[in-house]
Amino acid sequence: MEALVRILTDLHPDVDFMTTDKLVDSKILDSFDIVTIIAEVDNEYDVAIPAEEIIPENFNSAKSLYALIKRLMEEDD
Amino acid sequence: MLFTSWEFLLFLAALFIVYYLIPKRFQWILLLAANVFFYVYAGWRGCIYISVTICSSYLISRRIESVHNRREQYFLAHRAELTKEEKIAYKKLTRRKTRKWLILCLVINFGILAVLKYANFAILMVNPLFAGADTPSIYLNLILPMGISFYTFQTMGYLIDLHRGKYPAERNIFKFALFVSFFPLLVQGPIARFDALNKTLYKPHDFDVKQISFGLQRMLWGYFKKVVIADRILVAVTALAGDPDTYQGVFVLCGMVFYALELYADFTGGIDITIGIAQVLGITVQENFNRPYFSKDIAEYWRRWHISLASWFREYLFYPIAASRPMLELSKKARAKLGNGFGKRLPVYVATIVVWFITGLWHGAAWNFIVWGLLTGLIIIISQEFMPLYARFHGRFPSLRDKFGYRLFQVLRTFFLMSSLRILDCYRDVAMSFRMFFSIFTKWNWGQLGSGALLKLGITAADYVIVGMGAAVLIAFSLVQRRGSVRERLCQKPYWLRYGLIITLLLVVLVFGAYGIGYDSSQFIYNQF
Repeated sequence: MEALVRILTDLHPDVDFMTTDKLVDSKILDSFDIVTIIAEVDNEYDVAIPAEEIIPENFNSAKSLYALIKRLMEEDD
Repeated sequence: MLFTSWEFLLFLAALFIVYYLIPKRFQWILLLAANVFFYVYAGWRGCIYISVTICSSYLISRRIESVHNRREQYFLAHRAELTKEEKIAYKKLTRRKTRKWLILCLVINFGILAVLKYANFAILMVNPLFAGADTPSIYLNLILPMGISFYTFQTMGYLIDLHRGKYPAERNIFKFALFVSFFPLLVQGPIARFDALNKTLYKPHDFDVKQISFGLQRMLWGYFKKVVIADRILVAVTALAGDPDTYQGVFVLCGMVFYALELYADFTGGIDITIGIAQVLGITVQENFNRPYFSKDIAEYWRRWHISLASWFREYLFYPIAASRPMLELSKKARAKLGNGFGKRLPVYVATIVVWFITGLWHGAAWNFIVWGLLTGLIIIISQEFMPLYARFHGRFPSLRDKFGYRLFQVLRTFFLMSSLRILDCYRDVAMSFRMFFSIFTKWNWGQLGSGALLKLGITAADYVIVGMGAAVLIAFSLVQRRGSVRERLCQKPYWLRYGLIITLLLVVLVFGAYGIGYDSSQFIYNQF
């Protein structure tokens, strides 16, 4: 989770990713951010987030994104 | 049957009356019959292509669903003995099967679109390679069915969602046909999503006075934009773009502003009519615009202009390309060679260029549109690369963002940037478009504006006054709209004011609408896309 928050904070240093839960709905993250996060996640966790998982519910908070990463890692194992 | 024609208004009036007279459970069937009538009226040959899309997409959607259902039944039957790994493996297997069906459907339908829309353009490009200078070029006499780009994208979006398991397939082929062919959307969109449209499309609808009244008001507003503003200023735009030898320099600048106004009034007016018709029928259609000319940068503009097309490309093209395995590998290699910052942005940029190339192509089979798309993508990438610079600038002047003057500067900058790109819409080829754009800076002829040259473009001083007042009303309306629905606010006003305004708008449309010789109310600009 720490690595993920670091990735997110690199993109938007002014956002508190531990508490914010409307990152997409509040337009904090745009499509460019999302794709950059996907590339970073692949680099850090070695997991590819498929296009069908790119939905607001999965990217609205660091917590939901981390849950997605864990699920995809389990599926990859 | 054009939205602006009397026969269309008669068709609508008959439809609205019968729609609320028949038993509610038959309303969707009446709509389907209306779609068939509307489409056959436009030309029976177009019906063949939309029928192929309906049948192929329906059959394949059922195949995809049956694979999904079999998977669920298999999981249910073997719940106890299946390990997690086996479940995942089976999921991947079924996914490969549904992907094959999806690809078949995409090939059939985008294939039809590609042949009908782009075959002649492709022949034109390839012909010189194989033929001599005196060989006549081949031209295929293909008809482009009404709304083919819109209904193809709408239907393929449905199939992709189905493959992703977003919702179950529509089992009734006639209901599915209604979704594909819903006539208000055929002219110029919006490109509807099945899960949004089906909430109201098939439901029985009561005679709701408020909804019907709101729908009619929205239609009236759309007709105001289209026939009072767009069709009037169109004459001047056509004259300016049609004589590039005469109209250069400041006239190109005028043409840019006129065309921006025409396109906005034409496209948003058409969408207002579409959404208004649907609202009268009790059907909710998603919004396609969110005051785009108030955007402060190009990325924001494209989140607010033609929203349904931009979101289609984002979800079904941009994300799948940018998040694909080859792109992620490219990103890793780019990080190693070009550094972490640019490396991680490279997949975004490659996907951006591909998406904007296809967006350009979607708008038309011509180099003008392709160059327009590529330039838009390039500007988005450049502005993205300048982000750290903007951030430093705003960090140094933190209060600037809240200043009205600075926000106005950002809005005007975006408006002129987008208007400059749209020059490619207006002139006959790319070279001419660039020549005209650069003439703004090289040919200093501002003095000619005072000589009455703008009054020789086919419209009179009175027309300019009407257009100017119309534009002022549009801006005022947009400013009021920021505080919520204008119709809801109007609803709170006294009867005399409410109906006074509506009747005035109706009279303005009837009296000041651009009708007759010299005016072309024949098409909406986006109808040709």
